[in-house]
Amino acid sequence: MKITTARRLAQIFFFAIFVWLVLVATVGTGWTQWRGWPISWFLQLDPLVAAGTALTTHSLNPGLAWALATIVLTILFGRVFCGFVCPFGAIHQFVGWLSRRIRRPREKIALNAYRPAQAVKYYILAALLGAAAFSTGSAFVGRLHIGLLDPIPLLSRSFNLVVLPAADLAFERVFPAGRFSSGAALVGGLFIAFVLLNLWIPRFYCRFVCPLGALLGIFARRTLWGIGKTGRKCSECSLCDVDCEGACNPMGPIHVSECLMCMNCLDTCPGAEPLGYLERPSQGGEVTSHGVTRRGFLVAALGGLSAVPLARLGGARTAWSPALIRPPGSVAEEEFLARCIKCCECVRVCPTNVLQPATFEHGWEALWTPALNNRIGTSGCQLNCIACGQACPTGAIRPLSLDQKQGSGGFEAAGAVRIGLASVDRGRCLPWAMDRPCIVCEENCPVTPKAITVSEIEQTVRDGAFEVASAKGAVLRIRGARLAPGQFASGDYACKLASEERGRAIVANTEDTLTIDAAAAWPEPPAQGARVEVQIRLQRPVVDPSRCIGCGVCEHECPMNGLRAIRITADNETRDPRHSVLLAAHAAEPSSHTSP
Amino acid sequence: MSDSDPSMPQPEPSRRDFLRRSLKACAAIAATGGLAAYLWDRHPPGTLGRGEAGLSLPDFSIRDGGARIAIITGSDRVRTLRRGLDALGGIGRFIRRGDRVLVKVNAAFAAPAVLSATTHPDVAAELVRLCLGAGASGVIVTDNPINDPESCFALTGIGAAVASAGGTVVLPRAGDFAPGTLPGGRLIRDWPVLQGPFRGVTKLIGVAPVKDHARAGASMTIKNWYGLLGGRRNQFHQDINGIIVELAQLVRPTFVVLDGTTSMMTNGPTGGSLADLKPTHTLVVGTDPVAADAFGATLLGKTFRDLPYLVRAAGLGCGTTDFDSLKPVRDAVS
Repeated sequence: MKITTARRLAQIFFFAIFVWLVLVATVGTGWTQWRGWPISWFLQLDPLVAAGTALTTHSLNPGLAWALATIVLTILFGRVFCGFVCPFGAIHQFVGWLSRRIRRPREKIALNAYRPAQAVKYYILAALLGAAAFSTGSAFVGRLHIGLLDPIPLLSRSFNLVVLPAADLAFERVFPAGRFSSGAALVGGLFIAFVLLNLWIPRFYCRFVCPLGALLGIFARRTLWGIGKTGRKCSECSLCDVDCEGACNPMGPIHVSECLMCMNCLDTCPGAEPLGYLERPSQGGEVTSHGVTRRGFLVAALGGLSAVPLARLGGARTAWSPALIRPPGSVAEEEFLARCIKCCECVRVCPTNVLQPATFEHGWEALWTPALNNRIGTSGCQLNCIACGQACPTGAIRPLSLDQKQGSGGFEAAGAVRIGLASVDRGRCLPWAMDRPCIVCEENCPVTPKAITVSEIEQTVRDGAFEVASAKGAVLRIRGARLAPGQFASGDYACKLASEERGRAIVANTEDTLTIDAAAAWPEPPAQGARVEVQIRLQRPVVDPSRCIGCGVCEHECPMNGLRAIRITADNETRDPRHSVLLAAHAAEPSSHTSP
Repeated sequence: MSDSDPSMPQPEPSRRDFLRRSLKACAAIAATGGLAAYLWDRHPPGTLGRGEAGLSLPDFSIRDGGARIAIITGSDRVRTLRRGLDALGGIGRFIRRGDRVLVKVNAAFAAPAVLSATTHPDVAAELVRLCLGAGASGVIVTDNPINDPESCFALTGIGAAVASAGGTVVLPRAGDFAPGTLPGGRLIRDWPVLQGPFRGVTKLIGVAPVKDHARAGASMTIKNWYGLLGGRRNQFHQDINGIIVELAQLVRPTFVVLDGTTSMMTNGPTGGSLADLKPTHTLVVGTDPVAADAFGATLLGKTFRDLPYLVRAAGLGCGTTDFDSLKPVRDAVS
């Protein structure tokens, strides 16, 4: 088998695995569901994820050790991850091949010449790692934005939020209730743009943008084996450039760090093995610099570094967004931003779709990090679900157990994890503001005992005072009224004499009569001319902040359709004691929620 | 046309040329006009009258010998269910060979069965088995729950239990809802009703637990039909008794099962703690949902008088609150 055939098979294999792991990331026990599949494996293989989070947190989240395998592979054999494994790379290579099948070799050779602009990706890497590296004790935590451009989080995000849901529109198999992501157009647009750029220059993203490729390029600089010239006769025909994916100039001197290990040059070379995969250095000469100037690299790194104080000057630490509801188990915001790689694995596994990729509403730093939106999805955050924390590859969302989340089974002292607090908007709530019965929120509150209770009130309805014309048994005829028949028959209305404390239930009414529940009627019917009032019995929702976990089921179900009359804010969230509302909660140790 | 050099004199258009171009212009106008006529919307948005346009559900009840009810005490749901059905003449009295049965469970919440917030999987599965045993060609189990549908059927155990018993769980999809109207109804008018799973169905069984409910007083077999509603159904809480009465009128089941083996006394209808539950060890099978619920109220320490919807539903002929008048078969299985 030719080495290029092996490479193609490997690319198909790893791409298929990637798609499979996206496909099965649905909570469930079937074999096509999550069960035990390592859905974050590609993210764990990504050394930029490991390096970025290590810089910001000074630790390596378990699982990210897989990245070592990629690094070892690269040090020994060059960027085989790019050529053989990377699923995004496979897409680029496929699209590039598809769009140039009938192009002349001379044109392709020109397209695949090394360009100085390939150094840009090293500057991107320097800026991203510079931002991540800035940390002085606990006051300044580095900012992790590698996920914006790191190919594995980018591809995970694109497939999780756009490609799979779009494909499933035709089948409704993975998401029977549909799947929605706020700002999906931006996620999908970036993905499509990078894919289409292959039509201009092959592997545009890999050559000019990919910060992971840049990182691997640095490791590949001193690789033991690589593509190179054997010393046998080379006619310098340039045919090795025809399908060169990395634009690394294999004819020599080869740009070692740019070689993607596509092995195409070995295939297209017409000579008697002037090229080979061999022990370095190449007989045709090598360029081991990345085309990066020290000054430029430093400027880029410092530029990234400056993002940290600039972001802090925004004041988000004190003027934090109360609308930003993080999933249960999330660490405090500063550390969250230091860990989250915007891969959206958590968003993908969330069974209700309530977990959404943030757009710009919570600040640009929160772009594509997970936040709850209780108006999207089939329900709020489910009481018996811990999927997001189990999916997170970097510990931005800690992997809680159900007992930890619910404050049971030994975790009673810590209490249930609160992601926010519901509050009733008494200016919009039907029973509070509009004298209509409702309490859907109380009904659906999943906490036990319920965090939403009701305060009961009976109050006279508009134009609800009448004079008795006559009374016969439980039926009152009232003077001068033009009621809508049945208007007070819903079971929520009562009739009371002016002298009485409480009303008696009305079971029916016509235009001018009220029928009182026979079992509750007056022993003596009221006299003619007596004053009666029709009252409505209202149950008004009240939230107990010591019980509310902020799950948002109430907000999701609230019939005030636009701006809900009960809404969750991040107040009182467990992850940051500074956000607590209640006195007792202040006693909680900050360190228990923020330390890595 | 391409070599029209402004400096060159244009040739005079010939008559033939002019006619040809006129003909083409006429054809283009005719084609555009024809397309517009084809696309012409006789009922543009805003002119649709609200009314009886929707569908209603068929009557699935069996009218022979009047309403009957069995009240069986015991802690083993499968045995009390079987005994209850036997007391009413056996499952064969309700389900015939070739029947396609829809079982409406209460799967409202993604909570484990032990919390009794949902239909117990044992009862759902046994119903499926009994129907298939009676020759049913298929048994569909469905609900439009409050929490995430997939999570609900998975966590309650109903999904797995029904599948292993040979039934089919149908999760509601957007296309399964169609506007339904209760003739003479006030609330259910052109309202999205779960209709998809009813395709080809000849028998309907409702099976619900006994639960406390702060707004409605109690949630039992009639309130269980709420799960057939779609859309922003929560608005109906403004007239909870009214909507439950209309559901009692809209849905005429073959029979209902009210599972009071464990009753949720407080914190309903979600519950969430064993402390909310009380062993009441009673299961009701009946063809009159009003009577079944009227009895169920007693398990919660209430009477039908505490539940205005029962009184009104009875007044509209949906059943009787005086369950004793049906001479219920009472038995105990240990």
